[in-house]
Amino acid sequence: MGIKILTEHINVPGIETLEVYRKHGGYRSVEKALKTMSPDEVVEEVKTSGLRGRGGAGFPTGMKWSFLAKPEGIPRYLVCNADESEPGTFKDRYFMEKTPHSLIEGMITSSYALGANTSYIYIRGELMFVLRILEKAIAEAYAAGLLGKNILGSGYDLDLHVAPGGGAYICGEETALLESLEGKRGNPRNKPPFPAVKGLFASPTVVNNVESIASVPWIVNNGGAEYAKIGIGRSTGTKLFSCSGNINKPGVYEIELGVPVEEFIYSDEYCGGIWKGKQLKAVVPGGSSVPILPANLITKTAAGEDRLMSYESLSDGGFVSGSMLGSGAFIVFDEDQCIVRNTWNYARFYHHESCGQCSPCREGTGWMEKVLHRIEHGHGHQQDIDLLVSVAKQIEGNTICPLGDAAAWPVASAIRHFREEFEWHIKHPKEAILPGAVYRGQLATIEA
Amino acid sequence: MAKITFDGIEVEVEDGTTILQAARKIGGSVVPPAMCYYTPLKGSGGKCRVCLVKVTQGSAKDSRPMPKLVASCITPVQDGMVVENTTNEDVLNARKGIVEMLLINHPLDCPICDQAGECDLQDLSYEHGVSATRYEEERRKFNKIDLGPYIQLHMTRCILCYRCVYTADQITPNRVHGVLGRGDAAEIGTYIENVIDNDFSGNVIDVCPVGALTDKTWRFKNRVWFTKPMDAHRDCPTCSGKVTLWTRGEEVLRVTARKDQYNEVEEFICNTCRFDKKETKDWTIEGPRHIERNSVISANHYELPVLNVPIVPNLPSSTKKKLPQQ
Repeated sequence: MGIKILTEHINVPGIETLEVYRKHGGYRSVEKALKTMSPDEVVEEVKTSGLRGRGGAGFPTGMKWSFLAKPEGIPRYLVCNADESEPGTFKDRYFMEKTPHSLIEGMITSSYALGANTSYIYIRGELMFVLRILEKAIAEAYAAGLLGKNILGSGYDLDLHVAPGGGAYICGEETALLESLEGKRGNPRNKPPFPAVKGLFASPTVVNNVESIASVPWIVNNGGAEYAKIGIGRSTGTKLFSCSGNINKPGVYEIELGVPVEEFIYSDEYCGGIWKGKQLKAVVPGGSSVPILPANLITKTAAGEDRLMSYESLSDGGFVSGSMLGSGAFIVFDEDQCIVRNTWNYARFYHHESCGQCSPCREGTGWMEKVLHRIEHGHGHQQDIDLLVSVAKQIEGNTICPLGDAAAWPVASAIRHFREEFEWHIKHPKEAILPGAVYRGQLATIEA
Repeated sequence: MAKITFDGIEVEVEDGTTILQAARKIGGSVVPPAMCYYTPLKGSGGKCRVCLVKVTQGSAKDSRPMPKLVASCITPVQDGMVVENTTNEDVLNARKGIVEMLLINHPLDCPICDQAGECDLQDLSYEHGVSATRYEEERRKFNKIDLGPYIQLHMTRCILCYRCVYTADQITPNRVHGVLGRGDAAEIGTYIENVIDNDFSGNVIDVCPVGALTDKTWRFKNRVWFTKPMDAHRDCPTCSGKVTLWTRGEEVLRVTARKDQYNEVEEFICNTCRFDKKETKDWTIEGPRHIERNSVISANHYELPVLNVPIVPNLPSSTKKKLPQQ
């Protein structure tokens, strides 16, 4: 077992209470940062650590913080993006549910670094029970003087609020999140201006993922240089992976970045191999929006090197033979899974979740979903495959926010790597619509 | 001041101007089309994506190109920026793709649509669309929403440009309609059967780029190209009273605000002028209205036809390039 930064004490009974959490070294970073460090020093440490945003894009957190505009007389805000709704991702929910104080500690330290006196945790509306856990933890922190006026006698004030979303995936996009937090319709904003200049209530704002913020206390306690030693290359530190699909041990794993993918799938320490000893067919390594990779490309890159669980290695080969680390939702498919059906399912999700603001995404997601629905249900035509590729291309890069890209990538990549399977569906509609029918490389091998 | 190169033509504009406005300063065929952006409405733009352009050089200081195509209506210019619109194949292809997206759920009922002849979407599809559709699914349908005695809503024709929402926000005292639902189920509507009723509500008809919002007092009266647009004015206590009358013989069939070559109104008008003053004796007629943009109306014969003559005489030949028709 490698080093654990986020989940070290996650299974300690009562860790959700302030008392037990402090007994295990909790809130040390708040004391250290507020009493001995200046805000800029904290930002410097995070920069040195090389911590990258854990929400999906992988943008260096320290860099993001240093972009924050600091005009006089205007408040600044830190917003924690806990609107985790990407299919396959459940790490933040698990983390907040188990150790709410870790997030609160991270929020206090990070808010101090950014000079924010009001901070928000925007949590997915469906996670109402987690919201209650957080509210309880925040009340405890207020009572202990860790939040509110003059925290621990340092003269720094911070108010922390938890706001629930209304059940829209699009509100995980940072500007849509800010709109929603302001009480408006959750439509992404046009950029520029970026949130770092004009964010929440038209003030400079930083939006960070739960996991990024929760990594800050360790960095403050142990130093950014120490954090940078963990991991591999520019992928520093540890990362939570939400593993699901046909594996023996689904769940959330914290790993040091740089573990080989093959080891991650087959080692008993992590996923524990494919369920019932079946064969691996494909993996979506970073949540439903990243490109799917077939078995041969997930364990080895196109150049024949071992693929590692890191930002660089997973995106090796670009979109031709690579994918992305994304938010760390590792979805594994065994030989019995139908890629067409799965792609349709993803397309249906993005169709449902498109905000409808800009035309390529509003119209294109619905179009792709309908065509995939037709193929899956045995009414496809041969030209539909090229049509899907073309529609995906028309959406990609032409939208206001990345949801358009997220909708286009899974479809484009599934066709790129599993074109034969789509063709089989179209040529053999009668076999393909039978329950459990899967293309296995040869004609119509059907197991009911 | 910032100097930018747009399709090989240099133009100098104020700092903070958008690329689209800079292109409009050049004028002619290089101007990107705009379906959702509307100069008089603050905050509009960025939604329809037909005005996408390629920025091949970000600014004089930072010569890197922008990674994606950008919406020209909301992207401010930088000094030394180099932008490609009609000279870039990628831009034209992307635009063609977006026009296709706008049309897949559009009912294409132009023969019975009152907007036909002065419809931005119609013009756009003539220029950038294809003659056949690849869409074989069922088109989107909506339940009818009644907006009151003056305005007819055809939601199926809507392209969700949000212009009418911004108009109601910025021109009228209170907005009672908005966008309900999300994704391709999003629709313009009023909350619980409200009627849009205020002195300036009729302006949403003028800003609508398609036939989604039409004038109930004008519906099915005539085709727009059979009518004669006349500039006229009257003393109006609520608005400027400067309008365009659309007449046939002695009859005033319709009153609208005066629109410029980009179909943007010069001054918003009130409902009394628009809906109640339908007789020539109510108005002082100034003369024929010069229509520049809508090909069908401008081809009308009461005035000399307006040719699409670019203001800059020596346009590079590449700007005239059109994509081959499919």
